[in-house]
Amino acid sequence: MSLETIEMPHLGESVTEASISLWLVEVGDQISKYDPIAEAISDKVTTEIPSNFSGVVKEKLVDVDTNVDVGTPILIIETETKATEVKEDPQVDVAQSKKEEEETANEVSPRFSPAVMRIAQEKNIDLSHVTGSGKSGRITRKDVLNFDGETQKETPPASRPNPLKELAAVQSEARNEPETSESRFKDGKDEVVPADGIRKAIAKKMVQSVTEIPHAWMTVEADVTNIVKLRDAEKATFKQQEGIPLAYFPFFVKAVVQALKKHPIINASWDNGNIIYHKAINISVAVATEEHLFVPVIHEADNYSVSGLTKEIDRLAKLARTGKLETKHMQGGTLTVNNTGTFGSIQSMGIINHPQAAILQVETIQKRFIPTPDGGFKVADMVNLSLSMDHRIIDGLQAGRFLQTVKENLARFSDKSVLY
Amino acid sequence: MAMMTYLEAIRKGIEEEMTRDEKVVIFGEDVGGVKGGVFGVTKGLAEKFGDERCFNTPLTEGQIGGLAVGLGTMGYRAIGEFQFADYILPAVNQLISEASRMRYRTKGDWTAPIVYRAPYGGGVRGGLYHSQSTEKVLFGQPGLRIVTPSSVYDAKGLIKAAIRCDDPVLFYEHKRLYRLLKEDVPEEDYVVPIDKANVVRKGDDITVIGYGMVLNHALKAADALSEEGIEAEVVDVRSLYPLDKETLIKAAKKTGKVLLVTEDNKEGSIMSEIAAIIAEEALFYLDAPIKRLAGPDSPSMPYALSLEREFLVTEDKVLAAMKELAEF
Repeated sequence: MSLETIEMPHLGESVTEASISLWLVEVGDQISKYDPIAEAISDKVTTEIPSNFSGVVKEKLVDVDTNVDVGTPILIIETETKATEVKEDPQVDVAQSKKEEEETANEVSPRFSPAVMRIAQEKNIDLSHVTGSGKSGRITRKDVLNFDGETQKETPPASRPNPLKELAAVQSEARNEPETSESRFKDGKDEVVPADGIRKAIAKKMVQSVTEIPHAWMTVEADVTNIVKLRDAEKATFKQQEGIPLAYFPFFVKAVVQALKKHPIINASWDNGNIIYHKAINISVAVATEEHLFVPVIHEADNYSVSGLTKEIDRLAKLARTGKLETKHMQGGTLTVNNTGTFGSIQSMGIINHPQAAILQVETIQKRFIPTPDGGFKVADMVNLSLSMDHRIIDGLQAGRFLQTVKENLARFSDKSVLY
Repeated sequence: MAMMTYLEAIRKGIEEEMTRDEKVVIFGEDVGGVKGGVFGVTKGLAEKFGDERCFNTPLTEGQIGGLAVGLGTMGYRAIGEFQFADYILPAVNQLISEASRMRYRTKGDWTAPIVYRAPYGGGVRGGLYHSQSTEKVLFGQPGLRIVTPSSVYDAKGLIKAAIRCDDPVLFYEHKRLYRLLKEDVPEEDYVVPIDKANVVRKGDDITVIGYGMVLNHALKAADALSEEGIEAEVVDVRSLYPLDKETLIKAAKKTGKVLLVTEDNKEGSIMSEIAAIIAEEALFYLDAPIKRLAGPDSPSMPYALSLEREFLVTEDKVLAAMKELAEF
């Protein structure tokens, strides 16, 4: 018999912490390896955690809905077999020198000198790729200095739009705030309901976005009369053929994707003094359910036609509404397009989805009288497009040009446009 | 240029300053007359400058210390010789309470421009009373400079700078280097900065910091290691107090591997302070623990030759320590 610990697993490349939303086992349960033991929530995604061992559940180490770092022990299981066959042998040669012990210890868990740590951080070097030339294979300062960064394998945590270290501080602030300030707003008659894991994840993300990103805003007006006509003409057939309704939103996504090709600065991230230009165009789309807001991602959105976008958005929305979104559906977004028009909004200032550089709010399409060049009036379908931008990366000039391109792309649709 | 020993360079420096400035006087036990000091540093000075500027004192070190303070405040530039650094101790009150506090307690109205010369160091079969390194006893007294040259060039330039300095300067001379080092030095007037450490060899694998005899060991060891592809940066501390932090920290940061060498006892030495400064200022540049190579924490240099060798930081010990650090 021996005791084994199960740790909070890595739930995704940018995920540093998660909480248990539901225990699926109880103390005393007999479980087999790979049995689900709990549901964990991170960044609004629910994942089942499988057991690494067969045995009896001894103790739960974390409370439900409490954020813990990835790697934190969460459950103790008593297994039937010996955990590791390495039992200390009392006959070990006592004369074995202390030095040798130290050396083997070094091999098991490498220690890095302050100089090595600093240089590795500055040069963004993953030390697991560096070969040590020092005593017992220790990585020396010179090893890191001479290390050719080009040969380093792609290491996602460092280069993806995910400056983890900066986030950690913000996240912990966000985490602490509600708990400590809660009582200040309470009065005897009020009802206090602890926020659930997803709401807390949303809160954290929002606080991070507004504290870290200096927002600036711009709104333009676009004439989408042609799109309204096109949709009116096509929607019945589309519904019949595809089984899903043809919405306006995919037209806007299409126009935005095309505009991003021309304005790569909008499809970027701020990363600790660097601007990362994302080659992939991954559009996050906001999907509201009764309780929550989810932002799944249309990966490589530039590969889709209007019809393809319609289907992909529909698929993601259904996953969100049925609680089946997974981490992979939520990661990698490079720009968010938000369909605020469905709520009747005509003007809004979105909070950027960190670490993206902008969010575009597509407002309600309204019929309006607008002047014509010959001095008369005409009825047109007008829409406001409200852009929030990370002002560290994007200035008004680039934002204006980008929105102008989006407008042009929208105007380019006609009743002859094909949806496929 | 003229070829001379470390000892001759000090004498030459004193002679030049006595010629340049008639307020410079020198005294101590056996310093005057034809003897010219127990090692002969002041030989010929009494003959050249007269018995009033180069004279003997009684065997009372407290008086040598005090006389220098009095002469210094009266406008002289006094050079007091302690026959051995081991003999300074009776004069400590004069050095610390009087000389080094003069500026401070008179709000800068008075200074004590003094040079206290003292031969120090082991390796001369001197035993207990003639081998000690006493710099740590007087170290860390604001107002009292401690310097020591480790080359012939510095010996002449540094004694001249010390004589011209308005602060009391404790000038340590390594007695083993007196006749060991021989070098061509400029005959013209020059001084070396009194408060600066000196990078005497460039390298980027390890940094060795020291002064005196052990610094010369380090330079030889560095040449030997160079043939194995290990390049050592060697720094002469030169100004023991106040320490030239800037140069020391820079040299430590350069390689991240620091070996501090002294022939003094390991604990509580000048090197302990240098280690603290580097730890405080250069932590994130360190690639190895700061290493001290020093004499054992045993009272003093023994007289028996075999034991003296055991106590001394020899060239072999320096070489081994440098190699070990380079391989770390």
